[in-house]
Amino acid sequence: MATSSTSPAPPAPSSHAVAEAPPRRRRRRLARFMRNRAAVAGAIIVLIVIAAALLAPWLSPYDPVQASFLSVREAPSAAHWFGTDELGRDVFTRLLWGARASLLAGVVSVGIAVVLGVPLGLAAGYFGGFVDAVVSRIADALLSIPFLILAIALAAFLGPSLTNAMAAIGISAMPRFVRLTRGQAISVKAEEYVEGARAIGLGDYRIIVRYVFPNVLPPIIVQASLTVATAIIAEASLSFLGLGQLPPAPSWGSMLNTAKDFVSQAPWMSVFPGVAIFFAVLGFNLLGDGLRDALDPREA
Amino acid sequence: MLRIVANRLIVAVPTLILVSMLIFGLQKLLPGDPVLAMAGEDQDAQVIATLRAKYHLDEPVPVQYALWVRDVAHGDLGTSLRTDVPVASLIAEKLPVTLQLAVMAMIFALGIGIPAGIVSAAYRGTALDYGANVIALSGMSIPNFWLGIMLIFIVSVRWHLLPSSGYVPPTEHFWLSIKTMLMPAFVLGAALGAQLMRHTRSAMLSVLRADYIRTARAKGLLRGAVIVRHAFRNALIPIVTVLALLFGELLAGAVLTEQVFTIPGFGKLVVDAVFNRDYAVVQGVVLVTALSFIIVNLVSDVLYIVLNPRLRRS
Amino acid sequence: MRTLMIAAALTIGVAASSGAAAQTSGQTLRIGLQEDIGSLDPARSAQVVDRIVFASLCSTLVDIGPDLKFVPKLATSWTTSADGKTLTFKLRQGVKFQDGEPFNAAAVKANLDRDRTLPTSNRKSELASVDHVDVIDPYTVAIVLKSPDAALLATLSDRAGMMLAPNTLADAAGVATHPVCSGPYKFVQRVQNDRIVLEKFDGYWDAAHYPIQRVIFQPIPDTTVRLANLRSGSLDMLERLAPSDVPAVKQDPNLRFVSVSGLGFYDLTFNIANGPRSNTPLRDKRVREAFELAIDRDAINRVIGAGIFAPANQALPKSSPYYDAALPFTHRDIAKAKALLKAAGHEHLNLELTFGNNTVASQIAQMLQAMVQEAGINLKLRPTDYAAALNAAHNGDFEVLFTGWSGRVDPDGNLHQFNTCSGNLNYGHYCNADVDKLLNDAREKPDVATRKPLYDAAAKLLADDDPIVYLYAQPWPFALSKKVHGFAPYPDGLIRLRDVSIKD
Repeated sequence: MATSSTSPAPPAPSSHAVAEAPPRRRRRRLARFMRNRAAVAGAIIVLIVIAAALLAPWLSPYDPVQASFLSVREAPSAAHWFGTDELGRDVFTRLLWGARASLLAGVVSVGIAVVLGVPLGLAAGYFGGFVDAVVSRIADALLSIPFLILAIALAAFLGPSLTNAMAAIGISAMPRFVRLTRGQAISVKAEEYVEGARAIGLGDYRIIVRYVFPNVLPPIIVQASLTVATAIIAEASLSFLGLGQLPPAPSWGSMLNTAKDFVSQAPWMSVFPGVAIFFAVLGFNLLGDGLRDALDPREA
Repeated sequence: MLRIVANRLIVAVPTLILVSMLIFGLQKLLPGDPVLAMAGEDQDAQVIATLRAKYHLDEPVPVQYALWVRDVAHGDLGTSLRTDVPVASLIAEKLPVTLQLAVMAMIFALGIGIPAGIVSAAYRGTALDYGANVIALSGMSIPNFWLGIMLIFIVSVRWHLLPSSGYVPPTEHFWLSIKTMLMPAFVLGAALGAQLMRHTRSAMLSVLRADYIRTARAKGLLRGAVIVRHAFRNALIPIVTVLALLFGELLAGAVLTEQVFTIPGFGKLVVDAVFNRDYAVVQGVVLVTALSFIIVNLVSDVLYIVLNPRLRRS
Repeated sequence: MRTLMIAAALTIGVAASSGAAAQTSGQTLRIGLQEDIGSLDPARSAQVVDRIVFASLCSTLVDIGPDLKFVPKLATSWTTSADGKTLTFKLRQGVKFQDGEPFNAAAVKANLDRDRTLPTSNRKSELASVDHVDVIDPYTVAIVLKSPDAALLATLSDRAGMMLAPNTLADAAGVATHPVCSGPYKFVQRVQNDRIVLEKFDGYWDAAHYPIQRVIFQPIPDTTVRLANLRSGSLDMLERLAPSDVPAVKQDPNLRFVSVSGLGFYDLTFNIANGPRSNTPLRDKRVREAFELAIDRDAINRVIGAGIFAPANQALPKSSPYYDAALPFTHRDIAKAKALLKAAGHEHLNLELTFGNNTVASQIAQMLQAMVQEAGINLKLRPTDYAAALNAAHNGDFEVLFTGWSGRVDPDGNLHQFNTCSGNLNYGHYCNADVDKLLNDAREKPDVATRKPLYDAAAKLLADDDPIVYLYAQPWPFALSKKVHGFAPYPDGLIRLRDVSIKD
């Protein structure tokens, strides 16, 4: 499992927060990002994956679910670039459509984790006290169950399907965002401008939304990008175990689940989905790295 | 120091309770009656009723949970619904297997990750650095179960070099035991080694920038000595912290690796138990895992304080 | 670089061979199983794979031959009383249990009583017809029934007839974890998910016919890995070879492919009356017939089964003396299917197929989906895991269910629970009083001649009503190393090791 988690100690909030005007700050970050070749490569890869997912219906030479019992398990050829699978379906086509499932799984799972985890983390960090104790205990409890086991149990409870897998992964990934946001919120809370805002008489909600949240955002974006990578692998893992998107719908993980029974007769069924997963995950990892370098210059 | 340890242990108790409630509740929500699965093909109505009563499955969930807690307090983790074997003995049997896998994987990870991270930091900005970073990212991006399948296919099926499955206890035949675990440990350790490399590199870099390093260089110390004696020692702190985090990933990765390589360890035990709705086993395994997490985190925190003299004063 | 790799390979190879040598010394047979076994207590056992291990561990009162006829095992002869209510067995003398205890009528009674009275015994319904067991003399035992039960002999050839050492019966936990039984091989060790080890019991009455000294069963669920182990020599044989691997094994000069059509079947069960979800056009038997007409069993056999999924049109296996050879097969006829659907008023239909997810089931489901599509049936697939599928079956949470049955020697075992109104395994809640009467009567008749007409009549009614579409007979494909001699497959899929040996 590849989680590029945050560094052990929460980084101090960027004092650039109030020092520079937003547009110039953004331009500097963008420039930094573009200078990083690996980050740009990652962005390009991610764009390719997104394009494959969006354009699958137009790019596919064949139907992804239509079985063709006459061309079962054919090796790669001019007609079928990546060969066919156990029911005669074109592997290349299924890879393109599988990008949808994987991308969806990655993005929606992280979306769930962020939507659930960030507000909880903000509340815990900002209000402290009882709220913090409760939220932290829950997050700790969730974190002490191995991520995959929690996801497996959740997915088994919900039933094998892509939606349920996304929910399971999202819930399992939430505690990390809670922890991260909480740490950041605690640091930001101590800043002078927050104290100033409170002195003026701004309400808590206002303060959180206008001051705390924007400064907490950069590390969350980095973590989100890296967690998309983890989520894609997690979805593939769940599908591999038989808990995610099940056949005949194309998903890279479930393609591998079936392919492992045919490794000797049709190795191409195993090779290409795996390479696809690797490619997509690498892209998001590079992107996340690049974002981290651009958004927080202290991390080299 | 003692106060910190005691504090952490006290905090651990509500966490453990929460964990057990979570998993218990989750399992009860799972569709699929374990008794139906236990009753096998014949599905005798009488047997089903008897089993339900025996395992208190007719009682309301909070009652079942209370009964389970009472049993655990007496050291009884229940019996596997599928095989009638006590859960405690199953855990005792499987834990060493996964531990061996984890240790061997850690050896791979440390052996690859730390030297690579140090070298990468020392030669920062060069092609070596970029190359190492790309390899590390690739290692993190490969799905480990896919790597396992591919390795089995090439190394076992095609080349007949290493066994593709099974487990041999080291007490029975040491070298065969290592051989059987070689591929799974490599698969598991590769991703972790990659992450470790990046963490080591980043920790080394932040240390190398520090003032005391400049002082050491100014004093005329050789570059190598600076890196090893001063930089690395201080970089150890974040590395140790990350190891605790990686321990969790190790267990999670072991689940998949054990499936692919048919290793009768902890991970396979819990996955099968979830699929078979073997409540008692899942409960027991998750409890033990959570406990070991807490212990590992505690040890890592203690090490953190030990290694960082600035914190020792408190 | 290349020399380095070759050197590394050589070192590993040397280590490999030394390791391998340690494993194959002596006559040790290593068998690869499809899944791990459950309980080692015959009374509690609920899985098919358990029986494969029991075949070597425990002896039964009677056994079956390859032709499904009953042969003496621990009982040398048996007679049925005129009214069919008493079954008297003469027992083999000089037989010992694996702990040295003598085998006698008292031991039989102890075992049968346990099977009937142990609270968690899975054998109770099988022995439901038994009223009590009498010890006539040390080597004669009489089983007195409440009503005649033609299937009892078959039951006693299975787990209910397995004889455990009486002194060990009191400790249920002990029986489940280290059973002491009466077979040619005694229990040594069991590591869950890893192996079950048995060793030759020298005191076995027929020991001379068992050259193998040690048997190691290894559950390896991944079919590729299981075959890889066989190929590399880590296994000597495996059961349930994946159909897609059959051609490769046939072509491999070091391996032998041995297959037999089993006692069981795979079928599609329609939900006719089980709960709210049964409220579908499937209640009309014309729709069910149309569904069956859209299926091409030969294509399934060819594409997915590699020739070993022999098409089935009834619950009984071809090897059974009760098999109705005259019952016609329904061949694919899309035109007729469409006509029937039109007559029933459902030219286009939406149905859902529920199945426990595994590679073969998934393939069959997708193939079925494509086939019935041509008749106008839009089949939605709903894969679940095994436990959830079982739940769905019980609760009627399905419309069409793909399921299987490992099969029993007696025809009653393949029919009664599935097709009688209150049958345990009648997931679709099909109910036909005529079928009930035929199947209940057939249970009590004494022999093939009197029972077969009843089963034939039932088969015709069932084929007409079509509550269950039988797809294919469950095969037992084995792959063996050429070193294994003397192995013969039986329709029940059990691995009997009599006269089986390993020769290089």
